[in-house]
Amino acid sequence: MAQETSANDLAHWKKTTNLMWIHLGVWFFFGFVVHMFAPALNKIVILGFPLGFYMAAQGSLIAFVVQLFLFAKQQDNIDREFGVAEDD
Amino acid sequence: MATQTSGGDDFINNLGKIYGLYAGGFLAFVIFLAILEQVGVPNKVLGYLFVFFTIAVYAIIGVLSRTMQVSEYYVAGRRVPAFYNGMATGADWMSAASFVGMAGTLFLLGYDGLAWVLGWTGGYVLVSVLVGPYLRKFGAYTVPDFMSFRFGGNFARGLAVFVLFCCSFTYVTAQIFGTGIIASRFLGMSFEVAVFVGLVGILLCSMLGGMRAVTWTQIAQYIVLIVAYLTPIVILSTKQYGIPIPELTYGQAIADITAREAQMLKDGLATVANLKPHIQPWTTYTPLNFFGIILCMMVGTASLPHILMRYFTTPSVREARQSVAWSLFFIFLLYFSAPAYAAFSKLEVYTNIIGRNLTDIRPWMFTWGELGLIQICGKNAASIDSIVAACKAIAGHPGVVRLQDFVINTDVIVLSTPEIAGLPYVISGLVAAGGLAAALSTADGLLLAIANALSHDVYYKMIDPNAPTVRRLMVARILLLIVAVAAAATASTRPGDILAMVGWAFSLAMAGNFPALVMGIWWKRATTAGAIAGIIGGFGIAIFYLVCTRYFPGYGVAYFGMSALSSPTGAPLVDVAKAMAAPNAMDTWVTLAHPMASKVGWFGINNIAAGLIGAPVGFLLIYVVSLMGKEPSKEMQAFVDEIRKPRGRTVLQEKD
Repeated sequence: MAQETSANDLAHWKKTTNLMWIHLGVWFFFGFVVHMFAPALNKIVILGFPLGFYMAAQGSLIAFVVQLFLFAKQQDNIDREFGVAEDD
Repeated sequence: MATQTSGGDDFINNLGKIYGLYAGGFLAFVIFLAILEQVGVPNKVLGYLFVFFTIAVYAIIGVLSRTMQVSEYYVAGRRVPAFYNGMATGADWMSAASFVGMAGTLFLLGYDGLAWVLGWTGGYVLVSVLVGPYLRKFGAYTVPDFMSFRFGGNFARGLAVFVLFCCSFTYVTAQIFGTGIIASRFLGMSFEVAVFVGLVGILLCSMLGGMRAVTWTQIAQYIVLIVAYLTPIVILSTKQYGIPIPELTYGQAIADITAREAQMLKDGLATVANLKPHIQPWTTYTPLNFFGIILCMMVGTASLPHILMRYFTTPSVREARQSVAWSLFFIFLLYFSAPAYAAFSKLEVYTNIIGRNLTDIRPWMFTWGELGLIQICGKNAASIDSIVAACKAIAGHPGVVRLQDFVINTDVIVLSTPEIAGLPYVISGLVAAGGLAAALSTADGLLLAIANALSHDVYYKMIDPNAPTVRRLMVARILLLIVAVAAAATASTRPGDILAMVGWAFSLAMAGNFPALVMGIWWKRATTAGAIAGIIGGFGIAIFYLVCTRYFPGYGVAYFGMSALSSPTGAPLVDVAKAMAAPNAMDTWVTLAHPMASKVGWFGINNIAAGLIGAPVGFLLIYVVSLMGKEPSKEMQAFVDEIRKPRGRTVLQEKD
C-alpha cells in the first residue's frame, strides 16, 4: 500500500478539488451573498413576494437542491473519466 | 431469510410497491376516520386512534426488522437505495422543532427566521461535497471510527465520542420534549406521562433492529409527516386563493400582511417598537448573527453524527452522493412550505384578532388559551369573560385587542392552522400524527447514534475488543434504553427554549467535528497531534463560550473581557455597568431571567453561533500543530488516497 500517489490519482484529485471549490462558491453565493442585498432586493415584488424575502424562503433552497443533483452527476463523471468509479 | 436476519433482495426490489401500498393504506385510514367523524365519533377517540394506529405501524416495522447481525444493526447492511435513504434522512432530519416550531419561528421573527430555513438546508451541500461520500468509502460504522483510524487510535476516538454525546444528547432531549407536547395536547395526558409514552414509541422502533429498523420506519414516518404537513395549507390555499399551491399563493398573503402592518401602526394598534415588519431583514438578529446562525447550522449539518451515519447505509459512494441530493429534496418539500404556514397564520391573527372587539374573538383560540399557549392582556385566553376581565385590569385599555396584548406560543401556529381554516377535526388529528412522526423519527436516529457510539466505540473498541457479537448487540440495546430513559427524564423537567437548544447542538458539532473531519479527508498532512489539539481547542472554546455566556455571564464580563451584545439598531441588549453593580451580577448557573444571561459575549456573537468562534480555532490549531510535527506515515497517506477514490474495497473491514 505504501507507494507514492499515482499520476492518474493526482489528476483525478485535482479535478475533484476544482469541482469542490466551484460548488462551495455557488453555495456561498446562494447561502450568503444574495441575502446581503435583501433590503435592496425587497424593492422588487413578484406575485406579492418581495425578491429578497423570496430568495431566502425559496430561491436559495431550490438552488441547493438543483446543485446537489448536478454535483452527484459531475463528480460521477470525473470518477468515470479517471477509471476510479465503482462498477454499475 | 432463515433467521429473519437477511432482509432478502425481494424486499429491496419491491420497496416501491411496499411503500406505495403503505401510503395508500394510510390515506384510506384517514378517510375512514373522516367518515367516523361525520357519524359522530368524538374527537378524543379520533385523536387516540390516530396516535395509536401510527405508532403501532412503526412498531410492527421495527419488530419485523429485528436483527442479530452486526452490519445490519449498525448500517442496515449497506443496501438502502439512494432515494429511500433520502426519505429516511428527511425524517431523521425534520424534528419536532422543524415540524411544529419552524413555522412559529417564522411567524414571530418574519424575515430573520429564514436564517434557520437557510441554515438547515444549505448544509447538505457541505455534506455531499466535503464529507459524506468519503466516510462512506472509508467503511465506518460510526463517525468516531473514522477519527480513530485517521488520527491514531483510541484517544481521538474517545474525544469524538465525547463530542457526539454532547451534541446528540442536547438534541434528543429537545425531541422527546416535543413528543411530550404533542401527545399531551392530543391525548389529554399530563406532559410528564406523555414524555414516557412517547419514549415507548421510540424504543419500539429502534431497540430490536438498530439502523435497519430505524431506516425502514423512518421512511414510513416521512410519508406520514409530509402528508400531514402539506394537507392543511393546500386546502387553505385552495379555499382562499383557488390555487392548491400554497408556496405560490402566500405571496399575496405577504402583500396583505405588509399593508395591514401599516394600517395597524396608523390605527394605534401597534407601535414601531413592538411591530417587526414581516419582510424586513435584521429586526431580531444583527446581520452578523443572522449570517452566523446560517453558517453554524449549515456546518453543523455536515458534522452531526446522526446525519453522517445515514450515508453509511447506501450500497455505493455514488449512491451516497445521490442520496444527499434526495435527502435535501425531501427536506425542501417541508421547509419551503413553512413560510406559507407563517404567512397565512399571521394574516389571520392580524385581521381577525388584532383590532377586534374583545367580545367577538374567534373561538378557535380558546382551546389553545386553556393550555396557556395563547395569552391576551397577560392572562390565558380561555374564554371571552376571562379576556375581558384581564384587559379591564389594564389602565386605559381601548377594548380592542392590540398587538402588545397578544402573546402566542410558536408551537400553536402549525397545530392550529386546521382550526383557523375551519377544517374538520380529522385534519387536526392528521397534523398531530405528523408531528409525532417527526419527533419520533429524529429521536430514533439520535438515540441510535449515541447508543452506537457507546456500544461500538466505547465498549467494543475500547473496553472489550473480543466481545462476541451477541453480547455487543445486547450491550447496544441496553445502552439505548439507558440513554433514552435519561433523555426522557431530562426532558420531563422542561429545560426550555427548544430552538436555542437545537442551535447549541449544531454549534457544538461544528466546533468539535467539522475541522477534524474536513482536514482528515482533504489534507494529508493533518497529523494526530494536530487533530487532537484542534478538537480539544475548538470544542473547548465553543463549550466555554456557551456555558459562560448562558450560565456565568458575570464572570465572562469580569474576567474574560465580554461585553453586551447589541440589538440590530445598535443599542446594547443590557447595560453591563449597571448589571455588574447589581447584587446578582456574579451569580452562577443563572436562569434565563438573569439580566445578562445569553446577552453578553465577544465580538457581539450570540451563543447560538458559538461555532463561529470554535471552528476557526479548531482549523487553525490543526494546521499549526500538524506543521510542527512530522508528516503522517506513508501508509496513512496511502489510506487517504484510498478514501478519495470510490472504486475498490472499503478501507475499514469490519468482521461480522
